[in-house]
Parts: sequence; structure tokens; C-alpha cells
Amino acid sequence: MAVALVLVLIVVGSVSFHLLSPWWWTPIASNWDYIDNTIIITFWITGVVFAAVVLFMAYCVFRFRHREGNRAAYEPENKRLESWLTIVTAVGVTTLLVPGLFVWSRFVTVPSDATEVEVIGQQWQWSFRLPGKDGKLGTSDTRDVSADNPLGIIPGDPNGQDDVVVEAADLHLQVGKPVKMLLRSIDVLHDFFVPEFRAKMDMVPGSVTYFWFTPTKTGTFQVLCAELCGQGHPLMHGVVVVDTQQDYLAWIGQQQTFAQLSAPQKTGSADQASGTMASGLNVAAKLETVGSR
Amino acid sequence: MVDITPADGIPPAEVAEVELYHPHSWWTKYIFSQDAKVIAVQYSATATGIGLVALVLSWLMRLQLGFPGTFNFITPEAYYQFITMHGMIMVIYLLTALFLGGFGNYLIPLMVGARDMVFPYVNMLSYWIYLLAVLVLVSSFFAPGGPTGAGWTLYPPQAIMSGTPGGQDWGIILMLSSLILFIIGFTMGGLNYVVTVLQGRTRGMTMMRLPLTVWGIFTATVMALLAFPALFVASVMMLLDRVLGTSFFMPAISELGQQLAHNGGSPILFQHLFWFFGHPEVYIVALPAFGIVSDLISTHARKNIFGYRMMVWAIVGIGALSFVVWAHHMYVSGMHPYFGFFFATTTLIIAIPTAIKVYNWVLTLWRGDIHLTIPMLFALAFIVTFVNGGLTGLFLGNVVVDVPLSDTMFVVAHFHMVMGVAPILVVFGAIYHWYPKVTGRMLDETLGRFHFWVTFLGAYLIFFPMHYLGLMGVPRRYAELTDMTIMTESARHLNSFISIMAFIVGFAQMVFLFNLIWSIRHGREAGGNPWRATTLEWQTPQTPPAHGNFGKNLPIVYRWAYDYSVPGAKEDFIPQNMPGSFGPSREPT
Repeated sequence: MAVALVLVLIVVGSVSFHLLSPWWWTPIASNWDYIDNTIIITFWITGVVFAAVVLFMAYCVFRFRHREGNRAAYEPENKRLESWLTIVTAVGVTTLLVPGLFVWSRFVTVPSDATEVEVIGQQWQWSFRLPGKDGKLGTSDTRDVSADNPLGIIPGDPNGQDDVVVEAADLHLQVGKPVKMLLRSIDVLHDFFVPEFRAKMDMVPGSVTYFWFTPTKTGTFQVLCAELCGQGHPLMHGVVVVDTQQDYLAWIGQQQTFAQLSAPQKTGSADQASGTMASGLNVAAKLETVGSR
Repeated sequence: MVDITPADGIPPAEVAEVELYHPHSWWTKYIFSQDAKVIAVQYSATATGIGLVALVLSWLMRLQLGFPGTFNFITPEAYYQFITMHGMIMVIYLLTALFLGGFGNYLIPLMVGARDMVFPYVNMLSYWIYLLAVLVLVSSFFAPGGPTGAGWTLYPPQAIMSGTPGGQDWGIILMLSSLILFIIGFTMGGLNYVVTVLQGRTRGMTMMRLPLTVWGIFTATVMALLAFPALFVASVMMLLDRVLGTSFFMPAISELGQQLAHNGGSPILFQHLFWFFGHPEVYIVALPAFGIVSDLISTHARKNIFGYRMMVWAIVGIGALSFVVWAHHMYVSGMHPYFGFFFATTTLIIAIPTAIKVYNWVLTLWRGDIHLTIPMLFALAFIVTFVNGGLTGLFLGNVVVDVPLSDTMFVVAHFHMVMGVAPILVVFGAIYHWYPKVTGRMLDETLGRFHFWVTFLGAYLIFFPMHYLGLMGVPRRYAELTDMTIMTESARHLNSFISIMAFIVGFAQMVFLFNLIWSIRHGREAGGNPWRATTLEWQTPQTPPAHGNFGKNLPIVYRWAYDYSVPGAKEDFIPQNMPGSFGPSREPT
């Protein structure tokens, strides 16, 4: 009896928790409300199945609990029932899968008007690169990474000269404009994850991965690394600022290109380099503090 | 045992019995024993011992997550070592070893009506190599730099780099060596289990009369023999990358301003190899649990398992399908996105045979005569937990839903529910069920009920709310949840609550261990068949069964394993080795 009651309470408790608890996803700030909708459909279907199975069990435990003189029925199989259950399950699974695959095909089809933005992960900071006036990113190679060329842009590639380099600083994006995030790492696996955008993808050294989205809200969003990348992993935070067009243009006007940064006679290069060092040291220092605490 | 002549349909023995190796001393009887039952106890004791280490590690990591900044000794480095070793121990050295090495060794020969495993000497070696693997694993705690902190998935390149604890020290080398040893040891045992089921069955024991426990362990073992080689080669290749500087998994890397000597390797290749093992591994743990729980439900509900043939084919089908779903662990790994269509489809298809198993368990309860014994309670708790964890798998398996949820606490909650808590509940149920056969005494009922309620409800309270942290976007494998905009104050309180529940559930396991030890001497005498069960292990002439299991003559099997409450029979169970007919047979053939 108590057992049946506990089973019922588990269903009631779980459903109430789902509906009443304060813990829910962060407000969405991208076009991927399709994903949120698919999650909602999944919650409904799985919730109903969970409640049905556990309540049925509770009923059985209550109704068919052992009492003196009881004897179980003898029914090895019931082909009709078994086929029906199989069919109903197959239908339920298809109802989940079809919208899921439909949304996935959107997720992997990058719109042609998406602008490219490159994210570069390294232990334990984020850098970014945007195409310059030519609209093209120059090619890159981890073997070209050096103190003067922290993102490994191939110096001989003319497309790379006007690329805007944002090293260890905030990325700005324009609201309402689709972006294709090209993801690259120069050391270990990382994963570019902004919970409000819903999308994420691993960055793999040696290849370029991608995902796309359209920011739909202006504001400041925190970037988290979602793939274990060593002991600095939980501190590898970054910032994405979604701007109006005006603010975005103001920001991009202040950024430096690869050619400007790598020209040795400019003093800006030295400043930038020391700035990088400081930022790298920041994480190291943070780790020190955490470690010695 | 009654001396009976083979009845109709029972073929005569084809080969004469082979004389077993008889131990001559205490050493060969209890230490270097070739008796599968002793080996089973050795496996179980070792797995439990190392499992306790994993339990303590989980407490330590929950201390850090629940009360951040309070415990100075838990540095990020230490935290990553704790989670890595906890995961690896639980999946490989506890669950795999316990289900196959422990339950497999004890139950297969007894349930199929054999005197022992077919290769007893190799079986003994299997245990000793397993023990060696465990010792190598433990030694990494004492090695310079400590154990590896690469996460239990050991993803390169970080696993063998200096930013990861143990990456450039001994940790990762010892971890990989231990895995290689484990797989060698397991292969020796695994071949034994498979050949014993195929060749060692007694007369009359057809494959379709095997208890589902044997089907589960048998299928899981076949899968393990096919899946572990992928982990084996991955381990060897990573060891070569680490020790000899090869580049199987290592592309060109610039580490903190230094160019490493590697070039051209593929980190994704490791993930494919790892999950080609890793996904079947989930079912290597789950299928024995499926099989055992079927028998627990049937025995304690005094009713035949519903849809036996469907259950067998579901086990085999799940086993086969589980080899074509591995990349659902890699939806956001950067592999070609079109793979997502294929793997999401296969993954959701596997839900169908799995759901059938759940239906058949609950339909076995329907019109049963349910005895709420402790094994039955654990079986019911398993169904609740497994259904919950299985359903959240429909979130993560559906490729696009996985995108926001992958690598968050949702994943941690899901896999703990489905392949952590659920199989462990079955382990507990199975121990309460078979302990009387192993020791001749019952486990204490009061302590058992306390253990059950705290473990079941506590574990549910730990992992159910955890899903919602993941939904918020809280990533897994974060030693620090500081400076995060998504972490609300209430989410921090939830983390503290989860940690407190974890300590309580852990404490209940100490009560269970006490019960295990105390009842060996002080438990109530059990007799040979306390649950009035049909399968052969309960029909042995001695309890605990002697070396050779069945006395002078092997049992002959006349019926399937589920003749409970047969109409017309006097008792509500008919042992498999009892001849005679009770009305028209309704045994599925």
C-alpha cells in the first residue's frame, strides 16, 4: 500500500517540480526557438509516458499485492497486445524524431546571407576574427601561430591581411544578422557555448567546425566553454555583445586588422602583444588563486 | 535429486562428463580457485572495494559543487581527478566487472545446469588480471602528479597534455595500461561465459528455456567481446602518442606559445573508437540488469515473465542496434553534421525494443501475486528510474535537442539515472535475491528496507532536479561555478541540496555493507529455495552449492524458467527440472 502511494507521489512530485520549480532555461536570444519547441514536445510525450507507466505500476502494486490465497494468472504471451504496444511506441518515437530531424536540417543549412565570424579557442581564452573589406577570411594554420601571429593566420595569404583580429577580448555581433560561426582551436578541444543562443559546437584542433544562428536580442551574453579543456576549463569565459547596427559599426571601426597588428614599425603591435600577455597571465593568475585557496 | 530417466524429447548426453579440477589445499580452494562461484565472489568483493573508492570520490566532488570555496584541498586539478576516476571506476571496474565477472560467474553455470565454466583455469586467470588492472589503477593515486584528470572519456589532445592533471605525468599512462589489462582479463572471462552458455547447457536446456538473466549476461558478453577491442586499440594508440610521440590523435598544436612535435593526427578518430566501445558499454551494463530484473519480477510476482520470446528478441535486438548508434555521443563533436540524421534515427529506433521490455515488466505485474520483498522493491524502483532515464535519452538522442543540452548537467543526470542508478538498483535487488544461495542465510530485512528507501528516493532526489540545472545551461565538468551569469542563487541552493542527498545516500550504502557482513553469520537460515523459484540454481542439493554444483547427476530440464502459478499445479511454481505435465503446455517454443 505504502509502495503504491510512493509511486503515485513520485509522479505527482515530478510533474509539480517541472511546473513549479524556478529552474528553467534562460530566455532565448537567437532564432533557435525551434529547438525550444522540440524540447517542449519531447517533455509532453515523455512526461505522459512516464506518468502512465509509473501510475500503472502503482495500480498493479495496489490491486495485485499478495494476500492469503491469491494466485497469479498464467498468461505467457498476448500477441495482439504486444503488437499494439509496439505500434503505439513506434508512432510516439516518430512524432519525436520527425520534427527533430526537420529542425536539424535547418540547423545544418547555413543561409547564404550569413556573415562569417571565426572563433579561436586556446587554453584558456577566446579570440575572434572577422573578415575585412574583402569579405573573406584568410587561411590559417596552427603551425604559423607565434607571439606576433597568435591566431596562426598564414602571412602570405592576401585575403588575411585585412582580417579584423580581436584577441582575448569581447566579440560584437549585429542583431538580426545571421552569422556563421567558424570554430577553430589551436591546442585542445573546446566548445563555444552561449546558453541564450542554444547552439553550440566543439572546436577541434586541425579542423574548422561551424554552426549558424541569428542573434535576436541586443545585450551582453556570457560565453562558456562546454568541452573539458584542462584545469582552466571552468574559468574560460568570454563575452559576446549583440549590438544595434550603429553600435556595431562604431565598435568594428576601432578594431585592428592583421596587417596593422603584424607591421613591426607600428607601436600598436607591441601594446597589443603586451596586452595579450596580460590576458594570458590573468587566467594563469586566476588558476593560481583557485589552486592555492 | 530424484534419479530420473530422460523423458520424451530430452536427448541423451552426447559426451561423458569431464572430471573437474579438485583443489587440494586452502590456497587452491579459496585463493587461486578455479571454481566459478569462488571467482564470482572474488570479482564481486574487488569490484565493491574499488566501488567504495568511487563513492568517496563522488562525495568529494559533491562537496566542491555543493559548497564551493569551503574545502581548500579540492583544487580544480583534484576535482578533475575525482570526476575522472569516479566515472572510470563506476563504469568499467565496478559495473562491468560486477555484472559479468560477479553475477556472470556465479549464475551462468548454475542456471544452465553446468558443473562449472568450460575453461576454469582461464577463468581464474581472468580474475587475477582484473585484480592487477585494479591495482594499476589504484597506483595512479600514489604516482607523481596523481591520477589522470582528463574526464572518463579521456579525449585527446588534452588527455596527454600538460594543462590536464596527469597528462604529462604518470596518471594517463597508468590509466591506459590499466584499461589494456582489464580488457585482456575480461576477454578471458568473456569467452568462458559465451562458450559455457552455448556448449555447457544441461540436457533439455534449450536456448529458449534459458532464464532471461542468462540471456542478458550472454548477450552483453558477446557485445563486450566485440566492443572492447575498439577501446583496446584506442588505448594502445594513445599510449604510443604519449610515450613515443606518435600522432594518431594529435594534430599540430600550439600549447601556451610552444609548438608541439605532433602533426596530422585526428582527435575525432579517438572519439569514434571510444564511443564505438562506449555506447555498447552502456548496454553491456544494462542488458544483464534487464535480464536479472525480469527474473526478480517474475519470481516475486509469482507470474511468468510476460512475452518471453519478445524479451529475448528485444535483448538481442538492442544488442545489435547498440553498435550503430555510437555517434549520438558526438552530435556536437564537429563530425560531419549529416551523420546526425542517421544516428538520431537509429538511436530513436532503439527506443522501441527498450520500451517493449518496460511494457513486459509492468505487464508481468498485471494480475500477478506481488510479494513486496526487498528484491521486488528494488525491481520496482529500477523500472521507475530506468523509465525516467530512458525517456530523457529521447531528448539527447534527438540530434537537435541535444545541441543545447549536450555537455550540460542534463547529460550527467540522464546517464546517472539510466546507467548508474538503475543498474545499481538491480545489483542490490539481485544481491538480496541471491545472497541466501551464496551464503545460506538471508540478509536482514529491517536494514534492507532502510537501505532500499534511502537509496531509491535519495538517488531520485539527486538526479531528477539535476536535469533542470542542465536545462538552464549549467555545463558539466565545471570545478567552479563562479562568475556565471546563468547560475542563480536558487540554483546554488539546489546544488547544495543535491550534495546533501548524495551524502545521505552514500551513508545508506554503509548500512548495506554492514548488513552484507553481519548476515553471513547472524542472518536467518535460508534453506535451499527461500523464494520458491523455478530456476536451476535453487534446486542444488547443497546450499551454498558445493564444487561441481549439482551432486552426482546433472539436472535434466523439462520446462522453461517461468512456470509460476500454472493452473492445475499444486504449488505456485514448478522447478525447471521437475518432469510431468500439468495440462496442455503453454510454454513458448
